[in-house]
Amino acid sequence: MPELFDAVLLARIQFAFTVTFHILFPGFTIGLASYLAVLQGLALATGRQVYMDVYRYWLRIFAVTFAMGVVSGLVMSYQFGTNWSVFSDKAGPVIGPLMGYEVLVAFFLEAGFLGVMLFGASKVGPRLHFFATLMVALGTLFSAFWILSVNSWMHTPAGYGINEKGQFIPLDWWKVIFNPSFPYRLVHMVIACYLSTALVVGAAGAYHLLRDRGNQPAQVMFSMALWMAALVAPLQLVVGDLHGLNTLEYQPAKIAAMEGHFDGGRGVPLYLFGIPDMAGAKMDGAIAIPKLGSLILTHDPDGAVKGLKDFPRENWPNVDILFWSFRLMVGLGLLMIAMGLWSLVQRARGRLYDARWLMRMMVAMGPMGFVALIAGWFTTEVGRQPFTIYGLLRTSESVSPIAAPAVGASLLAFVVIYTAVFGAGIFYIFRLMRRWPGAEPDQPEIPPIRSAGITPAPAVAEQRGP
Amino acid sequence: MPPIDLPIVWAGLIAFAVLAYVVLDGFDLGLGIIFPLLDSERDRDTAVNSVAPVWDGNETWLVLGGGGLLAAFPLAYAVVMPALYAPILAMLLGLVFRGVAFEFRWRTERAKPLWDVAFFGGSLIAALSQGVALGALVQGISVANRAYAGGWYDWLSPFSIMTGIALVIGYGLLGSTWLIMKTEGALQERAFRLAWPFGLATLALIGVVSLWTPFLDPSYKERWFSWPNIAYLSPVPLLVLLAAVGLFRGLATGAERQPFLAALSLFVLSYVGLGISFWPWMVPRAITIHDAAAPDASLAFLLAGAVFLLPIILGYTIWAYWVFRGKVHHDAGYH
Repeated sequence: MPELFDAVLLARIQFAFTVTFHILFPGFTIGLASYLAVLQGLALATGRQVYMDVYRYWLRIFAVTFAMGVVSGLVMSYQFGTNWSVFSDKAGPVIGPLMGYEVLVAFFLEAGFLGVMLFGASKVGPRLHFFATLMVALGTLFSAFWILSVNSWMHTPAGYGINEKGQFIPLDWWKVIFNPSFPYRLVHMVIACYLSTALVVGAAGAYHLLRDRGNQPAQVMFSMALWMAALVAPLQLVVGDLHGLNTLEYQPAKIAAMEGHFDGGRGVPLYLFGIPDMAGAKMDGAIAIPKLGSLILTHDPDGAVKGLKDFPRENWPNVDILFWSFRLMVGLGLLMIAMGLWSLVQRARGRLYDARWLMRMMVAMGPMGFVALIAGWFTTEVGRQPFTIYGLLRTSESVSPIAAPAVGASLLAFVVIYTAVFGAGIFYIFRLMRRWPGAEPDQPEIPPIRSAGITPAPAVAEQRGP
Repeated sequence: MPPIDLPIVWAGLIAFAVLAYVVLDGFDLGLGIIFPLLDSERDRDTAVNSVAPVWDGNETWLVLGGGGLLAAFPLAYAVVMPALYAPILAMLLGLVFRGVAFEFRWRTERAKPLWDVAFFGGSLIAALSQGVALGALVQGISVANRAYAGGWYDWLSPFSIMTGIALVIGYGLLGSTWLIMKTEGALQERAFRLAWPFGLATLALIGVVSLWTPFLDPSYKERWFSWPNIAYLSPVPLLVLLAAVGLFRGLATGAERQPFLAALSLFVLSYVGLGISFWPWMVPRAITIHDAAAPDASLAFLLAGAVFLLPIILGYTIWAYWVFRGKVHHDAGYH
């Protein structure tokens, strides 16, 4: 029992659980805030009502998601202290100010303008309201900037020294903030948020188009989402490749685990599938393409790549998780690209809104952006283990002096409460997405024509088409 | 020694952030605390609408307090959080419930009463835990080798439970006087009636905490009751009395803004009193402000941003309050 459920493992599970839930909400609000700003900008520029219809449709979903992001984020900002106090004491002088900037630059900006964005449309003019939306969107991006700088520093620490108390201290802030993996991680993550959001938006559009191909707001959602898939998903592949090359330079053991390379050397294969066997340090039942691993990682079929056996055993990350989480992320990314290409074909034929199978695929792909996003985070974070600050501070030496029962009890509370509360929130989001896009707020939430006798009913019927 | 004593500046800034949090989130947590005492669902909707546009900004000050502590006083952060493990986690989970209730209660007819209970319960637990955490900090935390050295239940004591209750009652006063200012008609009348008992109890509890604290440790007693401190510090209790007179006068004459402003003054004064007791400790009698401070390079880097950004933040925060000024109505909002 103490072997299996020690305080370190419980604290890690608690952090992984709370951050995995948390990342969904800001991930979605980063994407949605920018999308809402684009929609409102288009509405102001073109004067077309349909953009404001789509804006209002997603605004409520944004509000629900944002509330969950705020409260789950609050938990994160205190969890560094409650469960990782030694890490906080040692790393605080470096990462603390970056998080301070996140609060000052991002959180206040979002929160300050959110009220006007959600409730102020009738109190300020349309341009000022648009400005509020822009500020909220900007705030979400600033937030991503600072927190990913913190996270990247934990992967590729730079610009630091160590003082007599054993604390990391800043020597060069520029090097701390723009540490080697930060630019890649930031771009990769922001694109991931945009793509994940686009898939949800597109899925909601496709769901309604499958019932009424003429629904204009749904057409806007579907079409815009597929432009994202067609243009940005391939870009993400390129960015991901660059991020991977950066990781190969700074965290080669993580790459070796992702690729299942226990043995290094020249001209290593690419494993498509296989069962990693960490104890035996080998891949079982592997399906491999010779030399492709080297080609992808070094852009040279005979390039030299390190294997896990080139690193001390106690510094290996968990290969079982990394090998699969990485493949899941890449596989879903390839599916997004395929869907984007398909949509281009349908567009060229002028039959985008007749492509019912494309719509069905879009609905099925709705949550897959977030699945890929979480798989990606598992890849990078599990790949950082067994360190909190890569190569410098071990996870086992970062934890608070809290006994396992206390950590376990709080973990249980988080699991129960998050599942209930955020489960309800996600259920409400699904229900909001089932609403008919373009319907006025005072109409029934679900389209079937039951508002008999009141004027909007014919309008709804007409919108739905035959 | 640099020309500016950065740790002291930062201690002041964090104290300001925590004070801003206490008074701002104080009134919206207070609304949650008096939620079941309101007469109808319609009144509860109005009460929620009165803070819906600003609660998120109010809570951001708590993130600044926590994040600022990590940045400027990492040692204090690393000691205090494990020491107050249970109350901090209870506070966070309470805030989860009430935070989502703002949105969720509009998303369902059937489960709306459930989210109303979550709003009340979450606010109550958050306020109680904050008060308990404060009391536990005042009574002292055992520290050894740059880490918390006490037990899991050290935070629990008669004193900390009393400060917990005091904060709940105090927030209730802020909430009810806020409603007086922001509403009219029957709801406002109800808020007037609620403000009386909450005001009297707040005042009594301020008295109890003030008289109890000196007995926790001789250093507190010496700080307040030795000559000439007692003369220098006497304005604090006198101003508390003045604020109390302002509060009850306002309530008696039906003034709409005065009770809220007087309640805020009570909070600010109590907070000043607390600051006087704390000085110069970051964690009372264990870690001083200078011991806990991060290196000057960290403090200066964040201070440069804070000096520039805080006025802007205050500017648009005040603007947001200005946009939603005046009385709030039942049907306000986009829901």
